[in-house]
Formats: sequence, C-alpha cells, structure tokens
Amino acid sequence: MDMAQLSSTLLYIAFVLYLIGTFFFGGAIRDKRKERQEKDRWSQLGISVTIIGFLAQVGYFVTRWIAAGHAPVSNLFEFTTFFGMMLVAAFIIIYFIYRLSVLGLFALPVALLVIAYASMFPREISPLIPALQSDWLHIHVTTAAAGEAILAISFVAGLIYLIRVVDQSKPSKRTFWLEVVMFCLITTLGFVIVSTAFGLSGYEAKFTWVDKNKQTVEVIYDMPALVGPHKGELMKESAGRMEPLVEMPAIINARKLNTVIWSLIAGTALYIMLRLLLRKRVAAALKPLVKNVNLDLTDEISYRAVAIGFPVFTLGALIFAMIWAQIAWTRFWGWDPKEVWALITWLFYAAFLHLRLSKGWHGEKSAWLAVIGFAIIMFNLVAVNLVIAGLHSYAGT
Amino acid sequence: MEHVKCECGHVNPHGTAFCESCGKPLADLGEKLILDMRYEGSARRSQTYKKTMIDQIWAFFSSVKVGVALIVITLIASAIGTIFPQQMYIPPNVDPAEYYKQQYGWAGKLYYELGFNNLYGSWWYILLIALIGVSLVICSLDRVVPLYRALKRQGVKRHPRFLERQRLFGVSHVSDLDKTMAVLKERLAARRYHVREEDGHLLAEKGRFSRWGPYVNHIGLIIFLIGAMLRSVPGMYIDRVMWIPEGETKEIPGTNGRYFLKSEKFIFETYEKGKDNEVFNAAIDRVGNGMIAKNYQTNVVLYKRVGPVIPGAKPKLEKVKEYPIRVNEPLEFDHYALYQVDFRLNEPKAMSFQLADKQSGETFGTVTVDLYDPKESYNLGHGYRVELLSYFPDFEFDEDGNPSTKSRVPNNPAFVFKMYAPDRPKGEVSFVAIRQTIEPFGNNKYKMAFAGLQTRNVSGLTVRRDFTLWILGVGGAIFMIGLIQGMYWNHRRIWVQRVNGELWIAAHTNKNWFGLKNELRRLLDGTGVMMPADQLENDKKAGQGGQVHGHGTA
Ligand code: HEM
Repeated sequence: MDMAQLSSTLLYIAFVLYLIGTFFFGGAIRDKRKERQEKDRWSQLGISVTIIGFLAQVGYFVTRWIAAGHAPVSNLFEFTTFFGMMLVAAFIIIYFIYRLSVLGLFALPVALLVIAYASMFPREISPLIPALQSDWLHIHVTTAAAGEAILAISFVAGLIYLIRVVDQSKPSKRTFWLEVVMFCLITTLGFVIVSTAFGLSGYEAKFTWVDKNKQTVEVIYDMPALVGPHKGELMKESAGRMEPLVEMPAIINARKLNTVIWSLIAGTALYIMLRLLLRKRVAAALKPLVKNVNLDLTDEISYRAVAIGFPVFTLGALIFAMIWAQIAWTRFWGWDPKEVWALITWLFYAAFLHLRLSKGWHGEKSAWLAVIGFAIIMFNLVAVNLVIAGLHSYAGT
Repeated sequence: MEHVKCECGHVNPHGTAFCESCGKPLADLGEKLILDMRYEGSARRSQTYKKTMIDQIWAFFSSVKVGVALIVITLIASAIGTIFPQQMYIPPNVDPAEYYKQQYGWAGKLYYELGFNNLYGSWWYILLIALIGVSLVICSLDRVVPLYRALKRQGVKRHPRFLERQRLFGVSHVSDLDKTMAVLKERLAARRYHVREEDGHLLAEKGRFSRWGPYVNHIGLIIFLIGAMLRSVPGMYIDRVMWIPEGETKEIPGTNGRYFLKSEKFIFETYEKGKDNEVFNAAIDRVGNGMIAKNYQTNVVLYKRVGPVIPGAKPKLEKVKEYPIRVNEPLEFDHYALYQVDFRLNEPKAMSFQLADKQSGETFGTVTVDLYDPKESYNLGHGYRVELLSYFPDFEFDEDGNPSTKSRVPNNPAFVFKMYAPDRPKGEVSFVAIRQTIEPFGNNKYKMAFAGLQTRNVSGLTVRRDFTLWILGVGGAIFMIGLIQGMYWNHRRIWVQRVNGELWIAAHTNKNWFGLKNELRRLLDGTGVMMPADQLENDKKAGQGGQVHGHGTA
C-alpha cells in the first residue's frame, strides 16, 4: 500500500473511531449508576477510543505529509480535515481538565460533521503554488486552525448549556433559535448525504452558459440542476439530463447555489423526519441527555475554551498570518476577505470577553455568544472560501 | 478632596467601595450578597467625578459598554466591506462607478455610492479605529492606577464582612486552631502561594501579575495602532513597482539612485506530469497539465553606487550580491525588500532582417534592430548599408493617415529603412511593418526580409521599505505577552482567619473558579476544615428551585 492510500485508510479509521466514541460517551450519560467516586467505564472507553481515533488521524496527517512533501493543509479538504482533528485534540485537552463526558457526546459529532463535510471536496493531493511554498503555511494554518478548534469547544459547551437551560414547555424566541442551530447542523449532514449519493451514482451534467463578461463557458453539475446557469444549455454528451427549473443571472454561481439548495432540501427533509419521529423539537429531544449537567461548570468550560483559544487564535490567524503576508504578498495586511473575517472573529471574541468580564454576561447570554462566535468561524471557513473569492480561496475548489 | 477613614485606620480615597486595607464595605452595598471584586472596590476616576466636561468624556471612554459598542460597530463595518470586492481588488483600468454597477447591479451601484468600495480607507472607519484606541488608553488608565494601589495596600487581616461576602466562604470549628493554621500555612507555601501572616491570620496569594495582563495587552494594541498610523508619515513607508527586463540594469526606485538591479533571467515553471511527484497527477489532471504554477523567479544582481551622483554621467556600480528572488523569498538589503510579484513573458526585444534581392533572393547580411534602443545605421560591408529613417514601436495611422506610434512599448513595431547597395548608391526606401511592406517611392530592387524576433521576459517587482514594521512587531509581541499573562494565569487569594475561635476561610480568583475549588479541596483534605461553600451557586440554586446538581460543595 502506498503512503497516500495508507493515509486515506487512517482517516477512515479515525472517522469510525470517533463515531464509536460518541456512542460510548452517550452510554456514560445513560449510565444511571454513575457516581462521582465510582470509576465510570463508559467515559473511560469513550475517551480511550477518541484518543486512538485521534492518533489514527495524526497518522493520516503524517503519512499524507510524507506523500505530498508538504503539510496537508493546502486545500479545502485538507484544511477542514485538519480543523476537525484539532477539534478532537481540543476536546481531549478540555476533557482531561474537566472530565465532563457529555462534552464528548456533542464535540465528537461536530468533529465528525466537519470531517465528513471536508471529504466532499476534491481529495487529491495538490502541488503547492508559489505563494504557498513557505514554512509559514504550516505555522500559520495549523495555529489558526488550532485556535479556531479550541474556540469551537466553547460553542459545544455553550450548546450543551442552552439545551439544558432553554425552557421547551412552550415555543419562544429561544426555542426557535436553538432549533435554527440544530437545523444548520442537520443541513450539513444533508449536504454530506446528497453529495455522497449523487457522487456514488456518478451524476454529471455539462452545460454551456454565458458568464458576466459575456463569454460562453462550460460548467459541470454533479447534482441535477434545479437552478441553471445564465443562458445555460445542456451539452450534447449530457442530453437527457434534467433541465433546470429556473435560470440564474450571470453574477450568481448557479452550480454552487444548486448544491446549497439540494443540501437545504435534504436537511429540511431530515429535520422534518426527525420531528415526526421524535414528536418534539430536536433540542427538546436532546434535553434528557444533559439533564444532569452542572450549568456553572458548563459555563466555565465555555469561557475557559475562549480564554485558552483566543491567544492561540490571535497568534495563528493574525500575527503569523501578518508575518507570512509580509513575506509572500509584500504587505502584512491587505483587507482580503479572509483576513477581514479573521479580524471580525477576533473582534467578536474580544467583545465576548469584555461583555463577560464587565457586564457580567455569564450563563445563557455567554452561551448564545459562543454559538454566534462559532457561526462566524464557520462562515469564514465555508462561505468566504466558496462565495467570496479572494487571495485565500484555495484554487478553484 | 475628602478621604474616607476606615475603622481599621486606613485612609481611602473618595469613592472607594470597600476599604483598601481591611475590606470593610464603606459604601452602601445594598442587598448584594457578594462583593464585586473586579477592581478591589477601588475608587476609579470615571465613577467618582462626573462634573466637568473632561470628567464626562473620561467617563464615556472608560466605559467598557462604549468600548464594546465601538468594537461591535467596527466588526459590522468590516463585514460590510467584504460583500463586494474592495476597489483595490477590481481591475485597475476600469471606471469603478461603471464596474460596480455592471458587475453587481443596483446593489453594486448603491455600494459604490455609499463609498463602501473603499471602506477600510474611509475617514469614518479610521475614526472608529482611532476611537477604540482612545478608549483603550482611557479605560486602562482609569483602572490600572487604582487597582495597583488597592493590591499594594491590601492588608492581611480582613473585616469579617469582607470575608463573608466572598464567593467562596466557609466557617469551621477545629479542635486545635494553631495547629490547623500552621498546617494550612505550610501547605499553601508548598503550593507556591505567597503567604503573609499577621496576628495569626493568613493571606495566601498567587498569580497577582496576571491581573496586569489586560493592561499589558492593551498597551501592545496601542503601540500597534500607533505603528499603523505612522505609515502615513512621509519616509516611513515606501511602496514602488519596478519592471525589469532580462539582461538590463536599472535603478531601483525609492532608493534615491543608491541601488541598481540587474536581471539575469526570469524563470517561470509549472507542474508537469512525469516530472513532478506522482501523487500530484490527479490534481494536475483536473486543472490541466502545465496549468499549475510552480515557480516565479528572477535571478538578479544587486549593485550599489559608489561615489557621488553626477547628473548625466554613467553611475559607477559595485556588486553587492546575486540572489534569486522568488515568491516568499524577497531580496532584502538595507531595510529594503524586493518581491517577485508579476511578470510578462516573451516581450519583443529585437527584430532581425536580411537585406535581400527581391528577385534572386540573394542576401547580403543581417540587420538586428534593438526595439528599445535602435541604431541609426547598419553597415553590412561590401558597399551594402542600411539606415533606419524612422521607427514606430507601437505603430498606427493617426487621424490624418500618417504613420505614428501609440506608445513606446514595441507592441507593433514598424520601420522605415533606407537600403544602400553598390548598384543603388542613392538608396531605396522601404516601410516595413508586421506582415506588410510599403515602397513609397516606386518599385525597389532590394527588400528587408524578416529574419526573426528575439524576445525576453520582464519581471515585475515590488520595492518596499517599511520603518513601521518593528513598531508593529513590538506592539504585537507585547499584546501576546499580555494576553498570555492574563489568560493562562489567574490571581488567586485565600484568606484564613480566626474569628471568635472559629476558622474562617474565604477565597477569590479572577477566573477559573473550578481550578481554585480543586486547589482548596486538596488543600483542606484531611485537615478537618470544611470546604468553603460556593455562595454564588447556592444563591442560584435557591432561585432555580434546587435543580442544579452541585459540585464542589463536598
Ligand atoms: C480590539 C480591541 C481589544 C482587545 C483585543 C482587548 C483585549 C482584552 C482582553 C483579552 C482582556 C482580558 C479579558 C479577560 O481576562 O477575560 C481585556 C480586558 C479588558 N479590556 Fe480590553 N481589549 C480591547 C479593547 C478594549 C477597549 C476599547 C476597552 C475600553 C473600554 C477595553 C477595556 C478593557 C477592560 C476594562 C478590561 C478588564 C481589565 C480587568 O478587569 O482587569 N478593552 N481586554
């Protein structure tokens, strides 16, 4: 087996182990006999499996590095996978500080979603373009991802806090927004499912279309076209493929919008199914899992994750980024969208810390802020790469 | 100014909430059970004086509410700036007003009209950043001085009302007070606490320096902001573009004629299947063979001028060093940096022609015209000679139908040659352009036959000198130090006192209560002293109907 192959296998193993770890942590919650003094088998199994999974993923990282000759953080798949790995690492660290198994029950699924999401992008090993040929690539990207991952643990703790504390007996703004969070997570799963399904079926439809510079170009859809490109026409080899229902203006990337719509459809279908199955809000259904959670401790974990993550994020996403930008792009700061969103993330968490410190925004308010912070991080990771193209958007993906 | 004297004898500044020394509440704290320990109850200027205009401005900027508001507004403004590309990222040769409208419709038009196309350079955005800076300075000064005072003057013995209003507080009856105190003192010292003792009372403290973390990081930020502002001071910052063709030596702009650069060669490489690591094959296939850039490089020689600058005279140059400038590997010298940023491949450099007999095809020698520096006359020997009468580097016919040139760049060179031969001593005139020849004075015997084009690559380099970088570096470093200091350490204090024959323990930390409780638990283990209760948790429990599964209350 060659290195690249071995690497993929290790990633697969890590994924499965995280999945198993999630169930063990679930078992820890259900275990009624659980008492502080008594050793808690389920949690121990859970964290052991998680650590083995993490080591497998480190194996993936190292072997891929060897195969490529550069650190595998150079395209969207690699970076996002690495972010998932750091998420698990951050969870393991926080777990050993606070020993809260319910954290695993929520952190691991988030990591799983992140890795699954990553795998939907081209997975081949790509060579480095000149701008990326620098040790600062590894230094900057790894620290930035580590910082974001630690901050994401704050979201996980905040989410647990909210599920525990939001009153589900009657609908309110709080229940609504909590469901929105659930829906977003489910829609990510929806994206993974439709991408995998159409990928396996080998769906492909080629269109010619007219872009905003009035050039006729080609585009390949890998999902049936609900929305078509501007003046789009199916090419001969794709005759018989689905004709678009609506046509988009030239400034909109119809192919990506089409993927978003399919993901939303799948997410909505999943969500409705869940609601029918559970007969209550998704967050309400999760509530029993967290009923024994100590709120103050969860709140403190959420804050602590920000306290630990904020300096790491500052170092990686701003300081190292500026040093590298000075070397590679001649200026340390250029108001590129990705840079700006890193600044926004940083300002947001600065506001978070100040609100908490001096306005006493603890508990629920702080938990909502942690959710928003994670949304900003995800926006930078997903939307800025895919929608707002800039220097940073990994070529063409 | 009135001072407040506490019953312990300490004199406190006006506005103090609880005595700096013994902690006895001086102001009316109302129903609040737990003391607000954030600034040790010290008198902050902003909270104490509200009379004059300056007081009010001071109070305004020292408010964290205002600080957070400024941060949030800046955050939102920054986000707006990413909706459409900023003007610096649109093609330079288009009218921005047209561009935004054409690319993004009415939304783009609005964006442009609101000035968001240059959002980060707009006066109001810069003002926002400046206000954050002002706020940082004032809020820090407002707090750090009184905080320093209060922490320095804190007494060991605290008033019982101070102790019972701490979040962690407990009262124990122990059989042998002296012995227990001694054990605790020893254990505290072993846990690296700085322990002070007074009249048999203990104050154990650790990590006080972490309290200065926020102020240190704010100072770092201010230095950074000052550095960023200094870039607009003339001379601090140079940013120039330099195009240099292979083989040429040019003065480096921005160096006042002190440095020269010669380009030996520009190299452009792409990834190719078969030549590069096989694992890249899939990626190369997807984008196309030879489509992924691998290297942009200009091999240069750096020269320094020796001797004074004499106008008109050729400078005397001394070689400093040879260097391959690549992306990520700029050439650095004397505070300057030269970056590889752009290139033009295969620009025409010289054109060759053969003087030929139109009929027989016989040739009589080759003329090579340097398109940037053409000679006037070319002697081919044996009586054959060519003169260049006119040269149009970028040829076009002007409005009157006369040949002229659009620019000095040889995009479309055209020549008027005069050809001399032994049998044509007066010469024949020929107009030669790409793919056309005109013989203005009738039929010629000779012609200039195109014989080749020499091209060369041109490198686009950026010249930078930035004297603000070290200030930014210092600011950034101080910011990180302050951040780590404040975030990865915390300030813990434990008071152990004898009150009416009982052992009172109170504890406080500025963050990480979980850690403090663990520490206390270990500290008190086996001493017979009760673990202090978390009064905040008890408080909440009462409020929530006892749902919270307590921890930490052993
Ligand atoms: C983007 C700019 C800013 C950053 C990155 C920043 C960063 C920080 C950090 C990391 C802390 C420590 C928080 C903690 O320990 O949880 C802090 C504390 C603080 N900041 Fe800022 N800050 C910024 C702007 C401001 C502004 C504009 C003000 C003024 C109103 C301000 C006032 C304070 C105060 C009063 C504290 C608490 C100090 C203490 O209680 O010891 N900060 N800041």
